[in-house]
Amino acid sequence: MEETLKIIVLVKHVPDAQFDRHLSGEGHTTDRDESILSELDEYALEAALQLIEARGGSKAGNKVIALSMGPAGAVNAIKKSLQIGATEGVHLTDEALTGSDAAATSLALAAAVRHLGGDGPVDLVLTGMASTDGETSLVPAQLAERLGLPQVTFASSLEVDGGRVTARRDADTHSETVEASLPAVVSVTDQINEPRYPNFKGIIAAKRKSITTLSLADVGVDPSQVGHAGSWTTVTSAEERPPRTAGTIITDEGDAGIKLVDFLAAQKLL
Amino acid sequence: MANVLVFIDNPGQVLKKSSLELLTIARSLGETAVAVNGELHDDAATTLGAYGAAAVYRPSADDLDDYLVAAKAAFVAAAVDKSGATSVLLDNSPEGKEIAARLGIRLSAGVITDVVAVDADGTAHKSVLAGSYATAAKATTPVSVFSVKANSVNPEPAAALATPETVTVDVPADAAATAARITAREQKVASGRPDLTDARIVVAGGRGLDGDFTPVEELADALGAAVGASRAATDAGWISHDAQVGQTGKVVSPQLYISAGISGAIQQKAGMQTAKVIVAVNKDAESPVFEIADFGIVGDLFKVLPQATAEIKKRKG
Repeated sequence: MEETLKIIVLVKHVPDAQFDRHLSGEGHTTDRDESILSELDEYALEAALQLIEARGGSKAGNKVIALSMGPAGAVNAIKKSLQIGATEGVHLTDEALTGSDAAATSLALAAAVRHLGGDGPVDLVLTGMASTDGETSLVPAQLAERLGLPQVTFASSLEVDGGRVTARRDADTHSETVEASLPAVVSVTDQINEPRYPNFKGIIAAKRKSITTLSLADVGVDPSQVGHAGSWTTVTSAEERPPRTAGTIITDEGDAGIKLVDFLAAQKLL
Repeated sequence: MANVLVFIDNPGQVLKKSSLELLTIARSLGETAVAVNGELHDDAATTLGAYGAAAVYRPSADDLDDYLVAAKAAFVAAAVDKSGATSVLLDNSPEGKEIAARLGIRLSAGVITDVVAVDADGTAHKSVLAGSYATAAKATTPVSVFSVKANSVNPEPAAALATPETVTVDVPADAAATAARITAREQKVASGRPDLTDARIVVAGGRGLDGDFTPVEELADALGAAVGASRAATDAGWISHDAQVGQTGKVVSPQLYISAGISGAIQQKAGMQTAKVIVAVNKDAESPVFEIADFGIVGDLFKVLPQATAEIKKRKG
């Protein structure tokens, strides 16, 4: 009998990268009107589901909690996660969180993770390799530092056994095998698995799953520690770049390779 | 007291260009010290002096490479305390960013990633949302941490050669306790080409290569360029995943990006549209890549690329 697992997967609702994305307001924050579950978070969710399915799934007492922090719209990322297979959803939401940078975000999430550990220890916090909007990749490492946990980031494979997590990481010049004791914060790459789509059964089942809403007070965070006030960085200006415009387009008439080199020479790029 | 601390991880025999860039930016901000993990060879040490480093901080432990990120972050945090630095510069690699991340929490310092320039007042400049916005950001804390993208400045040695003093920094005992341990490491075969994220020129191929990267590799070698690829090409297994340029791969800003057989959908564009000059070759005139190309060729890449390669070799003699 394998041990049961309690896994928190961090999910984020982000603007759809297929469309134009904008920054607005005094704090130059991202517009989230047309938001979706961050594609990279689906890999973390899939990894979590595979881990619990190997242990008898939710029936055997395993849990995959989809945790999202953000305004009302963030609940859509949680709902999608429940349809895909997460066992429960938690929405950390509070007016005061608006404009939180990575440091403030990790503070609030760390408090939520501790809160969720109240009814039984959390074994793993799983995340994607980056959000597809901010793309700083800071939050998983900062969360690990705040929780005093090992981080296993950019995992391209993942095994959990005997209270330990083993992962493979691929860098440009080398690959490495990494080991840590549980609990740990693990971020996974888009190479780790092929995320499933929600099926009809999953969509129906999701309607019966609960989504808990938590405020900052619920997780014991003072509003002054988060949002613009609690952030350690501030965006002082944001300027939309003029879109790149097309230059010269030619059709090959047998000498386009030569013309390409002429162009490079003219640009002093040879 | 140093104002700026630059972290260089395992400098090797010769400092990388990206390290020289960090040292150049650091000098523009104030007196520079360097925290070095790993072996420091004489040549690399001399270069640190030539770039104006007043002090070199070394960890008391020699096993930081055995742990993932946390131990190095603890060392850099201790070096910041000891040096009194108010700005910390690191490279923008995934590991550099994660060290920056943990350092930020340890020092209660604001972290700004993907930086391309830092003003004297600590304002950092970067691009966000796949290059569609240019933003300026500042840390509001006593210490600022910046991870700086490669190819942001031209490296320039200091006017006068410095002889840095070496200072040993005690790595806190808790550094390894909460760190994941690296239990095995396999070196990959070196390609001999420049590093994709640092390269001045990138030649990238996509679906149009149909499994054969030879024309892209030959053009890259003629230009001394790195080889990149679209997600379609890496997913198909035609080339290693390391070569992927795009939202889920590497974001590159070279002087020249040559895109061959890549349609240029948003996922790819996110990784390359801040390149100075973009050249595209695609047989489909409707490919979105032509909307952002400075020079586009509608044609067969298997004819155009080899012709260009031969012409470059001819001109370079």
